[in-house]
Amino acid sequence: RICVITLAEAHPLLQNGKTITSINYQISANCSRLQNKVSGKSKRGAQFLTELAPLCRISSSDGEEYTIYSCIRGRLIEVNENILSNPALVQEKPSTEGYIAVVLPKFEESKSVTQGLLTQKEYEEVLLKRLNSSS
Amino acid sequence: MSSLTEKDRPVVQLLMNTGTCPRCILRFCCVGSQALYRRPYTDLMKDLKEFLKNNEEKEDTVCFDVVDLPCKRIRLEHTEERPDDLNHNGALQQIPLANDENIAVENSAVKICNVCLGILQEFCEADFVKKVCQKVNSADYQFTSFVFSVSLPPQLSVRERAAWLLVKQEMGKVGLSLAKDDIVQLKEAYKWIIHPQLSEELGVPADGKSLFEVSVVFAHPETEEECRFLATACPDCFKPAKNKQSVFTRMAVIKALEKIKEEDFLKHFPCPPSSPKNLCVALEIQCNNGAIFVAGRYNKYSRNLPQTPWIIDGERKLESSVEELISEHLMAEFKANSFNFSSSGREDVDVRTLGNGRPFAIELVNPRRIHFTAEEMKGLQQTINNSSDKIQVRDLQLVTRSAIGRMKEGEEEKTKTYSALIWTDKAIQKEDITFLDDIKELKVDQKTPLRVLHRRPLAVRCRIIHTMKSEYIDEHHFRLHLKTQAGTYIKEFVHGDFGRTKPNIGSLLNRTTDILELDVE
Repeated sequence: RICVITLAEAHPLLQNGKTITSINYQISANCSRLQNKVSGKSKRGAQFLTELAPLCRISSSDGEEYTIYSCIRGRLIEVNENILSNPALVQEKPSTEGYIAVVLPKFEESKSVTQGLLTQKEYEEVLLKRLNSSS
Repeated sequence: MSSLTEKDRPVVQLLMNTGTCPRCILRFCCVGSQALYRRPYTDLMKDLKEFLKNNEEKEDTVCFDVVDLPCKRIRLEHTEERPDDLNHNGALQQIPLANDENIAVENSAVKICNVCLGILQEFCEADFVKKVCQKVNSADYQFTSFVFSVSLPPQLSVRERAAWLLVKQEMGKVGLSLAKDDIVQLKEAYKWIIHPQLSEELGVPADGKSLFEVSVVFAHPETEEECRFLATACPDCFKPAKNKQSVFTRMAVIKALEKIKEEDFLKHFPCPPSSPKNLCVALEIQCNNGAIFVAGRYNKYSRNLPQTPWIIDGERKLESSVEELISEHLMAEFKANSFNFSSSGREDVDVRTLGNGRPFAIELVNPRRIHFTAEEMKGLQQTINNSSDKIQVRDLQLVTRSAIGRMKEGEEEKTKTYSALIWTDKAIQKEDITFLDDIKELKVDQKTPLRVLHRRPLAVRCRIIHTMKSEYIDEHHFRLHLKTQAGTYIKEFVHGDFGRTKPNIGSLLNRTTDILELDVE
């Protein structure tokens, strides 16, 4: 099952007042997500991601830097290069054209990956709880 | 025996003594007259014995006919009937013997040949022919000719080699040579004998090019281990193949026999070969008809029908499929074992195929019926069309295998015509979409759509949208007719696929768009 990684609704970057200044796919000295190359049906050569693997770092005009994590295990198929040339896309269309990356989990892990995620409803409940506990 | 001469005498004697059957003896004497092999077994035996007997009085009394020169391979259909050779009483003239020697009557039980293991003996008889024909007739095939193929156990090649070495040695004593190629092949002699009999019983001719194949597999369990020594002598010829039970295939054995040196062969294998206790067994008698190809065009009127059965983890996700709806009736009429469906491109489950329809071809494997008139094909087409309103077929016809290649070529080259029902998030007015009609030869770059990315390689496709024609419906809907290059992903061209198809209708209209319905012509 193909997965598209995007910023969640409640992500700080998507809140009012933030402007993205730059997006960097070079996450360490040896690793740039831009150098990811896959070939063939089985996507050989792909960088393998674990839940905490960073995809990119996004800097905003107020000096903050946010690391976007993969959150799921799988092969990195592609990162969205359109947002490099047009960072505004991330904020304007976070769930479509502003996506971060495409990941393909292992066939055997497909079910467990899906089960580890929240449904829309569950996510909204989490947000509600957050709101209530902070107020 | 007129075809045998003096020089053959020692060979005949030797082979006779070591337990070789008359027909194999003829083979090793390079006798090429098919008719001789067809003579009854007992007659051949008698004649050979008489030939040997006349050894004593050979000077003036024996008169031989024209000597049969060693023949090259004779083609399947060519029957070599030379009336001069064949003398009804046996080719040899009877010579009154001084001594009243009885032609030694050996024990009436026929010794199984140590070279052919009974193939040129028992398996040439009418009983076996009947058995084969019974199998053929009960299988209920339609055919106008047949090809008879025989699979012999590999040990026969080994024994043949041993016999050849034996004969070569004997002939060498008088300064004669015997090339392997001059010996009549066992399979060939067998077919000389059995083809006319099969042909008569079945009522159709034997033809090497026939699509109807009757095949027999012979085995000889008693001597199965005889090939083993070849594995130690030529180990590289025998690679264990995963799906073959035995490593000792005929091909491997023949290859090893070519490699092995004479001395090594003689070290490991008895020469002459030993006499077996049992006959070969005919393991299987099978019939098979060559595949038949049916082609046509289909229209799909359902938005809920996959082209091929949609089954995941053994569970069927959607009822039926285009391929099943068409082939069901063909399978029943042609009585085939199985089918292979192929088409010139395909469409999604939810896309209708209109217009002239999509070309398809079905290969029917091992059909029992092969003859259908144009009328019958029309009738078949009608039956298919009557059975379902989800699909309709036209131009149903029998074609050759090459037609499939040509059909597949069309897949890449054709231009496709589509009709899409498009939704927009922001309102549109009539004027907002007219500019689309003026766009010609639009180049589009499509990354492999996300919806197929799990089973296709990641790549970028350049495709051309030749023309477009829009039809305004309301503020959020319009219909778009497109003519595009084959292989264009239309759905992705409409909604943009997360911006991975550029340009797309959404980007051209500066709105968020999606596709509600798609038809292809």
